[in-house]
Amino acid sequence: MSGDTDRRLLLLDEADNVLVAIARIRAGETIRVEGVAVTMPADLPLGHKLARRAIAAGDRIVKYGAPIGSATAAIAAGAHVHVHNVKSDYTPTYHLEDVRAEYGSGT
Amino acid sequence: MMRGYLRADGRKGIRNTVVVGYLVECAHHVAREIAIPFREHDVHVIGFPGCYPNSYAETMMQRLCTHPNVGAVLLVSLGCESFNKYKLAQIVRDSGRAVETIVIQATGGTRKSIAEGRAFITAQRALLDAMETVPMAASELVIGTVCGGSDGTSGITGNPAAGRAFDMLVEAGAACIFEETGELIGCEQIMADRAITPDLGRELEASVAKAARYYATLGYGSFAAGNAEGGLTTIEEKSMGAYAKSGAAPISGLIKPGDIPPRGGLYLLDVVPDGEVRFGFPNINDNAEIAELIACGSHAVLFVTGRGSVVGSAISPVIKICANPETYRRMADDMDVDAGRIMEGEASLDEVGREIRDVVLGLGEGRRTKSEELGHQEFILTYKSFEPIGPACLPAA
Repeated sequence: MSGDTDRRLLLLDEADNVLVAIARIRAGETIRVEGVAVTMPADLPLGHKLARRAIAAGDRIVKYGAPIGSATAAIAAGAHVHVHNVKSDYTPTYHLEDVRAEYGSGT
Repeated sequence: MMRGYLRADGRKGIRNTVVVGYLVECAHHVAREIAIPFREHDVHVIGFPGCYPNSYAETMMQRLCTHPNVGAVLLVSLGCESFNKYKLAQIVRDSGRAVETIVIQATGGTRKSIAEGRAFITAQRALLDAMETVPMAASELVIGTVCGGSDGTSGITGNPAAGRAFDMLVEAGAACIFEETGELIGCEQIMADRAITPDLGRELEASVAKAARYYATLGYGSFAAGNAEGGLTTIEEKSMGAYAKSGAAPISGLIKPGDIPPRGGLYLLDVVPDGEVRFGFPNINDNAEIAELIACGSHAVLFVTGRGSVVGSAISPVIKICANPETYRRMADDMDVDAGRIMEGEASLDEVGREIRDVVLGLGEGRRTKSEELGHQEFILTYKSFEPIGPACLPAA
């Protein structure tokens, strides 16, 4: 039920198990995700995804009603869904998320 | 009402640019120096850096030098490179355009070549500036679309809004081209279902399967680190967002770089090389894709960005559609359309789609894009290899 979900989270398709942030949600905020209270451990930037419900390791991630990859770990309802817990079913994702933590942001 | 420059082949251009084309990197500096005094006067530098022959690059240069937005061509050769400059000059001459080839080794070096090149351009610019325009209809347009610097907003606002604009332009009879089969991975089945014939549907699916194999060999998808920073997690997710640029029209054909759509409708441009993996990544950056869309005749290119690209292109205007409202506020000077309003509930997809369509038509009424105003004329062309398209790729309408 989207009525029980923070209105900064967009459900693109009924079949989806992720929601998309249409505005930044700040660390420390407690928000509702399908009726569940979730306290944000970190900022969720605009355009990022969080789990609409609990997702088991190996489950398909569904967005726009289509599979966009598989969970590499169990994901709790309301948790950030991204490169740390999802992999492509086609080609691996190249990103700098790990090295940024190692070297600093560069700014 | 749009007006265009009528060319001998019947196509019309919305710009009247002089192209300076270098035929090997060794001639690039001379080409750039020739063009510098004319940087505010529609003189654009394009070229191919390689010294070895490549039929893809020669086709690309032929199509670009005879593009409807181009009025005259100056070729700059060092003299010893393998590029078939004789054939290129002949094709440009046969298209009814003025062409001159400067061979630096024969002319006597850098200074003399620059002087000779500038004299040619001064003369051509005067002729082109006096050229009459003729009325031009939306049905005579070819429009491409690309996305770059995508993020989690691109597939929700900018790309579907560009898709609405494509639907309106196709409805008006224009030819619209979407591309990057490497960014359609995961969408092959739903895309194939939109083909006007089952055989074309199979060709569309095969082109995406080829892209998936090609990128798998390279070890990376068509995916940059900034895509992940912007919330995109996998190539499939990026693909679903990118696919929205194609709108909802039936797909009339599959073309390859340099193929010009035979009539109005929606076309997929297959940008991934055929055969074994040979020359590296299919598109080393966004401008490689933009150059290919222009080589297919695109008068203008819709460029949807979330992270915030600033690029334009030589030859055809690039319309920048910003999907992300935070990026728009930071980089408004570079953006033609603010599609982030959709995310903030201030505009609908249809409203932004109409706005994009109107910006396209405005280019034929004397208006210019932000990237043109800022002097962006990026261009890149590298090695690739393609087989010609098969008979199922362009079914008769």
